[in-house]
Amino acid sequence: MGGTLLMGAVAYDPKVVTIWDGFREWFATKGLDFDYVLYSNYERQVHALLAGHTHVAWNSPLAWVRAARMGPVTALAMRDTDCDLTSVVVVRADSGIESVADLVGRTVAVGAVDSPQATLIPLSHLRSLGVDDVKIQYHDIAVGKHGDHVGGERDAARALMSGAADAACMIDGNHLLFGVEGTMPAGSTVILAQTPPYDHCNFTVAPGAPAELVGRFRSLLLEMSYDDPEVRPLLDLEGLKAWREGRTTGYAQLERAVEEVGFYDGAGNVTAVSYRP
Amino acid sequence: MAVGERVEVRGRAPELAVHLRAWCRAQGHGYDWPYVVRGGAEGAHRRGAEPAGGPHAVADRPSATWGLAARGALVEAGGPEFAFALDEKEAVWTGAAAGIYRQALAAQWDPAVAVDWDEPFDLPEEVEAAVVQVMTYLIENENAALVVPARFLGQIHPHFREVVAVLAVQVADEARHVEVFTRRAELKGVPLGLSTAGGQASLLTLLEEPDFALAHFLLSVLGEGTFLSLLSFLERWAPDPVTRRITHLALADEARHVAFGMAHLGAVLSSDPGLRPRLATAVRRRHDALAATAGLNSEVFDALVVLAAGSFTPAAIADGFAKVQALEADMDEGRRRRLAKLGFDQSEATELADLHTRNFM
Repeated sequence: MGGTLLMGAVAYDPKVVTIWDGFREWFATKGLDFDYVLYSNYERQVHALLAGHTHVAWNSPLAWVRAARMGPVTALAMRDTDCDLTSVVVVRADSGIESVADLVGRTVAVGAVDSPQATLIPLSHLRSLGVDDVKIQYHDIAVGKHGDHVGGERDAARALMSGAADAACMIDGNHLLFGVEGTMPAGSTVILAQTPPYDHCNFTVAPGAPAELVGRFRSLLLEMSYDDPEVRPLLDLEGLKAWREGRTTGYAQLERAVEEVGFYDGAGNVTAVSYRP
Repeated sequence: MAVGERVEVRGRAPELAVHLRAWCRAQGHGYDWPYVVRGGAEGAHRRGAEPAGGPHAVADRPSATWGLAARGALVEAGGPEFAFALDEKEAVWTGAAAGIYRQALAAQWDPAVAVDWDEPFDLPEEVEAAVVQVMTYLIENENAALVVPARFLGQIHPHFREVVAVLAVQVADEARHVEVFTRRAELKGVPLGLSTAGGQASLLTLLEEPDFALAHFLLSVLGEGTFLSLLSFLERWAPDPVTRRITHLALADEARHVAFGMAHLGAVLSSDPGLRPRLATAVRRRHDALAATAGLNSEVFDALVVLAAGSFTPAAIADGFAKVQALEADMDEGRRRRLAKLGFDQSEATELADLHTRNFM
């Protein structure tokens, strides 16, 4: 088996270099020639994947949705922590807001415009509950990185606590985190709504990627064990305990949200107004 | 609970189900409200972990991966390796370290409290200038005695924490000595004295010695050992109460440093007798390196005479000169005694004591 498997990843944080350098070294010890290319944003990464510049991309769910519109891609693997996430819409405990219907006409703080978990999915969920008429307050940190940076969600939470917004949207884990770190002290907020479970990132394989290399990549990922002290720091950095087989059943909510706001067209062109990655 | 077993979670917090889901995901457990299904990741950090020695057992060669971990801690596998160059018990350890450390802590003193800086005294101009010159000399020597252990401190594996602790306090002791000698030098507004090229060259050879045992031998056994005589001399013949007090306080600290040096070198020599000729060579090499320098500068020598004289009359100067001669004999005798205690035979002890730098430290 010859050749190099080339993966695209988005540089949303300096630790991305540490992570993929570590994976590169580990794959080398297993006989897989693996290398990576960093992109500043997911739109460029997806474009490069479909243009054949890379074989695989470590894609956000939104990047997956776009790639799937652009060509016959497959989802190879994902983290255990990418499965069955939920987002929540929270209000201050003393706000007097008791149901989602009370949000009509009010200000809802969300993450970056391209954040699946803190913007697109929870707003779609509110719409499904009949709440369409809200003032959306975006917290655009690291636009183009599809909400990978926690800063947008934290700013939305701060806006809620300061009274600049009436509600805030965030992933369930960040509601827990913001309570622990004191951004939203425990008991100070009430969860008004919770989305159904959805999935997050995956390794997206380009059409025409070398099947043997991709197969080897997949089997090596799935055999990575959290019990292995060489591997564990890499998994800790990337935030997982185990890789799982890729599945595409968890992206329906995001597909619907993309349709509702016209984020991409059917061919995967960016059609979102005022989205400048 | 075994992996795959379930536990039901109950609670009154309204967010419990939301938070439990997020927590389970982060911890690698399954979530099936109101049950948590135990995953296999928990405890992984302990699998393959290695104890960093026993809590009461000092390892002969602590692993580089034990790093900064507490002695006896369980160290997770896969951690970084720390390049502590001094990682052999034989080279650094002495069982006396813990006791010396306790003594050192109990004997700490605060210059602001232990010394009456306002006690009135008035010295003849020449004697005050002599005291200031001696203080100038002491300060640069104390600086050397601070830097040498500080340089090795960061190289010793933290597993040998008692040794690290003794050296850390020793560094703090020297910082305090620098402070009090500086304060005495500046007490009467007389400008500081001369720092000579020969004196600094002698101290530089101490700083440049890369071997811990050799550096410790040259600094603490020979240098600070010699300083015990000097500080004792200064305390005895000090012309003013402040000089008498600060040299008394410094002397007690230096005696502890010498005791640690002797204990360390004694322990190393007992397991490695081959070190003894290397120690001798180090003394000869330092002597050769300093052969072209002036040794103790005349300013310091004269200052010691005047300080001991207490006044500038010919009779007092003659008396001071005799006292300094006795000091040098006492220093020589002390060096020979300590070298003999480390197992050098009489003739070699005499030869090496004689070769020790004329700059005292």
